[in-house]
Amino acid sequence: MRRREVVVVGAHNTPQARVLEGQTSDSVTLAAITGALDDAGLTTADVDGLTVLPGLQYRGGADAFGYALGIPWFWTGAQVPGPAAVVEAAAAIEAGACETVVLAGGQAGVYTDRAAVAPWARPAHEFIECWGLMTPAEWAMAAQQYLHRFSVPREKIAHVAAVIRNNGSRNPEAVYFGRGPYTAEDVLASRMIADPYHLLDCATTSEGGSALVLTTAERAADLDARPVRVLGGAWDSWGPTYTHPPTYDRVAMWGRKAGDAAFAQAGISRDDVDVFEFYDNFSWEIVRYFEALRYCDVGEGADLVAGDAIEATGRYPIVTDGGTMSHSHTGESQRLQRVVQAVRQLRGESAANQVAGAEIALVAVIGEVLLLGT
Amino acid sequence: MTAPDRPVPHPSPLTQPFWAACRDGRLLVQRCDKCGTHVFTPQEFCRECHADALTWVESAGAGHVVTFTVVWRPQTPAFGVPYVVAVVRLDEGYEMVTNIVGSSPDAVTIGAAVRVRFTPVTDAITLPCFELVA
Ligand SMILES: [Zn+2]
Repeated sequence: MRRREVVVVGAHNTPQARVLEGQTSDSVTLAAITGALDDAGLTTADVDGLTVLPGLQYRGGADAFGYALGIPWFWTGAQVPGPAAVVEAAAAIEAGACETVVLAGGQAGVYTDRAAVAPWARPAHEFIECWGLMTPAEWAMAAQQYLHRFSVPREKIAHVAAVIRNNGSRNPEAVYFGRGPYTAEDVLASRMIADPYHLLDCATTSEGGSALVLTTAERAADLDARPVRVLGGAWDSWGPTYTHPPTYDRVAMWGRKAGDAAFAQAGISRDDVDVFEFYDNFSWEIVRYFEALRYCDVGEGADLVAGDAIEATGRYPIVTDGGTMSHSHTGESQRLQRVVQAVRQLRGESAANQVAGAEIALVAVIGEVLLLGT
Repeated sequence: MTAPDRPVPHPSPLTQPFWAACRDGRLLVQRCDKCGTHVFTPQEFCRECHADALTWVESAGAGHVVTFTVVWRPQTPAFGVPYVVAVVRLDEGYEMVTNIVGSSPDAVTIGAAVRVRFTPVTDAITLPCFELVA
């Protein structure tokens, strides 16, 4: 069976805000889908595959949306919309299970009890929740161990947060547009959340939706939208989240197996990548990605990201929309935002921080890795 | 508005012996009958050799801090800040998430020796916290 080439033909973020008055998770997810289809020059009549996560409805979102949109028969993806879901959908299209897939997510009106951390940050596991563990503390423990083991000063990871926030500060679409610029010292001066993470090392919370449209290169040839090719991708896991102790040794190489597979599929080298749309849930994660994805030796990532290297004008431009720290973090659809931003970079259509001549983008969201190319 | 209660575990048939023993001041762990590996959290079979014969044994409750974080933004207002969440490696060779209690958070370090300190939170649930060994 001949395998078909898969391309992204639509990519869209709805307006993002701390609170979207009057919106619901379904309404922003619908807006994201409509925006992405408009971008592609397609309609729901063209769609025969869906991966949809409205709010925190982890099961059945695609089934519900496919029916609600009046699509008669459709393939459904099981991954949370993001890089892995793109890989899953691309495999389905390649295999002929479907032709055109919409991936979408969005959240509004879910995080209302501001005295507590966001609901998606409060794992309920029997041996986790009782200790007051929540997402920042979970991720802080591996970072703490890394800083200790490799004698890395906190300023070096605070620098990462400053760069990302400054990217967002320049992005008119970012929730925190105009906030900044920040220095590493500013990050370290913000209040402590979970040692070593200060407030400005962490993701923000907001509302909004994002969506992508994937189809075959053959179908894309009839469209005006500039296609972006899916070059390769994979995902890996170390076990159930928020269940076992999140030590450095368990999480450090999360994504390495996926990255190796993605580069092998794409037939390109690490040096070929122009822009790095990494999921910035916490500042040290960026360092971890560069090490797990073999851009440097373990323990050397903090040096790799130093100075101007990760600026939009540097060798390793990261998180060019401002990411979860400044652009938007909705609970789950920020995973899709990474892919949306990679597509916009490769089309030369970034709202800010355009990387000149970007031809290949590497997207990484925890253990999910995706390579896209012009 | 009063602070919500601290979330407490809801033991399952698999985990009930662990929590029952905590209430009696004993730290239990499953040990594989076949290969001797200590298994935690409670499982149906051994991660090393996949034998399904796991027996509850008593841990000495001594270990060291693998990593930790001092939390200032609580999970919910039920937790007074700052509090220390840690991963402790027991001398038997398994790891637990826990709280380090009984000392200033500033005193906690990676590698510090700790021992279990049982902390009742409800009539039914006693948590196996840990404290620094002087
Ligand atoms: Zn065994």
